[in-house]
Amino acid sequence: MTKFYVNGEPVEFRAAPDTPLLWALRDHLGLTGTKFGCGLSQCGACTVHVNGEPALACSIPVSDLQGKRVTTIEGLPANAVTKAVKGAWVDKDVVQCGYCQPGQVMAAVALLTKNKSPSDAEIDAAMDGNLCRCGTYPRIREAVKTAAAKLAGKR
Amino acid sequence: MKTTANPSRRTFLKATAALSGGLVIAFWLPGRRGLARAQGAPKAPIPPNAFLRIAKDGTVTVMVKNLEFGQGVTTALPMLVVEELECDWSRVRAELAPAAPEYAHTAFGMQMTGGSMSVGDSWTQLRTVGAQARTMLVAAAAAQWKVKPEACRAEKGFVIGPGGKKASFGSLAEAAAKLPAPEKVALKDPKQFKLIGKPTRRLDSVERIEAKTVFGLDVKRPGLHTALVAHPPVVGARVAKFDAQKVRGIAGVTHVVQTSLGVAVVAKNFWAAKKGRDALEIEWDAGPGATLSSEGLRAEYAALAKQPGPMAKKAADPNAIKAAAKTVVAEYEVPFLAHAPMEPLNCTVEYRGDSAEVWCGSQFQTVDQAAAAKAMGLTPDKVTLHTMPAGGGFGRRANPASDYVVEACEIAKSVKVPVKTVWTREDDVRGGYYRPMYVHRVEAGLDAKGAIVGWNHAIVGQSIIAGTAFEPFLVKEGIDHTSVEGVSDTPYDIPNLAVTLHSPKSPVTTLWWRSVGHSHTAFVMETMMDELAAAAGEDPLAFRRKLLAKHPRVVATLDLAARKAGWGTALPKGRARGIAVHESFGSVCAQVAEVSLEKGEVKVHRVVAAFDCGLVVNPMTVEAQVQGAIAFGLSAALHSAITIKDGKVQQSNFHDYRVLRLSEMPKVEVHIVSSGADKPTGVGEPATPPIAPAVANALFALTGKRARSLPLGKTSWA
Repeated sequence: MTKFYVNGEPVEFRAAPDTPLLWALRDHLGLTGTKFGCGLSQCGACTVHVNGEPALACSIPVSDLQGKRVTTIEGLPANAVTKAVKGAWVDKDVVQCGYCQPGQVMAAVALLTKNKSPSDAEIDAAMDGNLCRCGTYPRIREAVKTAAAKLAGKR
Repeated sequence: MKTTANPSRRTFLKATAALSGGLVIAFWLPGRRGLARAQGAPKAPIPPNAFLRIAKDGTVTVMVKNLEFGQGVTTALPMLVVEELECDWSRVRAELAPAAPEYAHTAFGMQMTGGSMSVGDSWTQLRTVGAQARTMLVAAAAAQWKVKPEACRAEKGFVIGPGGKKASFGSLAEAAAKLPAPEKVALKDPKQFKLIGKPTRRLDSVERIEAKTVFGLDVKRPGLHTALVAHPPVVGARVAKFDAQKVRGIAGVTHVVQTSLGVAVVAKNFWAAKKGRDALEIEWDAGPGATLSSEGLRAEYAALAKQPGPMAKKAADPNAIKAAAKTVVAEYEVPFLAHAPMEPLNCTVEYRGDSAEVWCGSQFQTVDQAAAAKAMGLTPDKVTLHTMPAGGGFGRRANPASDYVVEACEIAKSVKVPVKTVWTREDDVRGGYYRPMYVHRVEAGLDAKGAIVGWNHAIVGQSIIAGTAFEPFLVKEGIDHTSVEGVSDTPYDIPNLAVTLHSPKSPVTTLWWRSVGHSHTAFVMETMMDELAAAAGEDPLAFRRKLLAKHPRVVATLDLAARKAGWGTALPKGRARGIAVHESFGSVCAQVAEVSLEKGEVKVHRVVAAFDCGLVVNPMTVEAQVQGAIAFGLSAALHSAITIKDGKVQQSNFHDYRVLRLSEMPKVEVHIVSSGADKPTGVGEPATPPIAPAVANALFALTGKRARSLPLGKTSWA
């Protein structure tokens, strides 16, 4: 059994310990906001935060999570960074199909939590692991900048 | 403002019948239903059609008959209704319609999403719905106030009458619903539009961003199981026998069943099903695909390209090219391509013996519903198909063979528990429906002054359409129109253009891929045009303009892109520009790409696009679609290829089926041509075709090398 936390709630996971976090979230906890895209750490659709760091849920076995704190798109704290990112995503009309967007938002929140004014190169580096086949990349770049500007204005 | 995924069809029809305190517009545009009937669609009387509901609280719900998979129909189609309805945009929501005859394409008689047609198809239909509803609401208010309807008008969700009388749409909906729908309504002149043409944000952003949208993969049902299917490792192979002994011991696995195409492992969750599938031992009968290789196909196609064959277009004077002062001969090759939408394929089925429900992100509701019914031994009216929002599709979810739907239905019928099939990314990349590989051979002749005198163009590649229900419509005298579109109907005034098509068969199954034939024909036409301009010693823009004199719309689009890109102006050392223009789906897109080489890799810095898509409904969506179509086209232009060796697809996931990443995305500037057109033309696809040739032509300008095969990344440019 592995004990860990998902969005602040304790979880005691008793199914196969090699179950990837992605499928523990989706199949066992009913949290389907974390998306399956590749299963191989290639696309970022399953981006979550583990102890505050961005991580790919498809490639983390539950057995590695003992005592760790997992945050999913459903449990993002409603803080200034989350609000700025979600607001910018709406304002810049980023979404096309929307399937990769929860992962994009998780990556952007992780970036702006650590770095309030990322350079273009830092944005590209932080968001490069999150594929989008619709090609929302230009608007993702704009939205991250818009969110950063909003956060800068608040300080 | 909210979009909600499918209502249960039953609930929906019940609500329609009961008119539960709201206005339901019964509306039907008769159309050609031949194709739907050919597909075995229900022949029952057409039920009352409903695109619109107005609730007592004033919420306006627009039923969207197309699949939403990124192209923005859940915003654009409600805009059409609301323009005429005159309600408050902030009270509007959209729902995806289930499979039902009333949601058929107005001309094709089947419910479908493709061909960049969604907005054009609904253009008159949905504005009429809005105008009918407004007329009925006004009539209801006028009757209540005992005044003439002409003395009343609708504005922002209210009917306003003489003497300051005012009633909300919500309060009038029930009375309005009892009135007959007017058969004829006048539609606004485009000059009067308030919403159409205005940049409008998507209705569904918040629910998408907060992950509240239920995609097909997210469907939850009581007792739902997950199935993974072992598909043939070799194209066209069949199961000879299998041993499931090692599978049965895996915790959570409940069933192992054979399907038409493979062996399914059903389990209580994905991970158990995945482990079960990994433990399966299957002996495959490889069949004729065992020796297949894309290298072999290339040699076969190249030889065929030199042979006579069915002609899509004949030259007025086939001998004219023999008198050419200069002849350019080039052979081109483009690979098989997978669609690789972000949401892997999936389909949920509940089989109940005498009926069934299916949930999937279908581009082809009518076809999939009929195929699902057939697979379960039911009639289509007994199968409820819920259209789920899809995480991309690009043509993969519009399969005339309904492969992934049929497979899920076979499993559900066999195991008699609710089942969701999940395709892994490996299943998707190796899933066996690809944009065909093509070889083109072009022989073009110029006279001494650099004018084209003849152009022999041979295309070799599998027919997407042959063998499907679309064959009677799209294959004429051996010519699959989708193989030659963009060449045989080019707007260029090319004297003595001859187009030959060979459509060899192979065990590889093929499918349309965003922009279909244009995905390869634009690359060949536009790189050859560039090559001829160079051979004639002319500027690529000037050379094209001369050949497009009869097509001012194409010239205007080309000129706009060139002007905005600074065509002809100096660039920093190590950078170069390339230009391309292509007409498809009724629209014209021109692009100028700026490239350099960085450590031998192609880097695209900037793309300036000009786009004429007729009357623009939502400029914000149009810009997004052009950006997205360029990203999609650039993935294939630079990186993506499916190759086959010994009958096996050699790629498996995004590490070897490479697609564009954010850091590779150029700056894209989109300039919409103000054409004054009176109706919309295609938006989703036309910006994909020009990017590959624009980049290839820029690489020629930079290096002097001609790219004749895709992806460009496999050529050594340094």
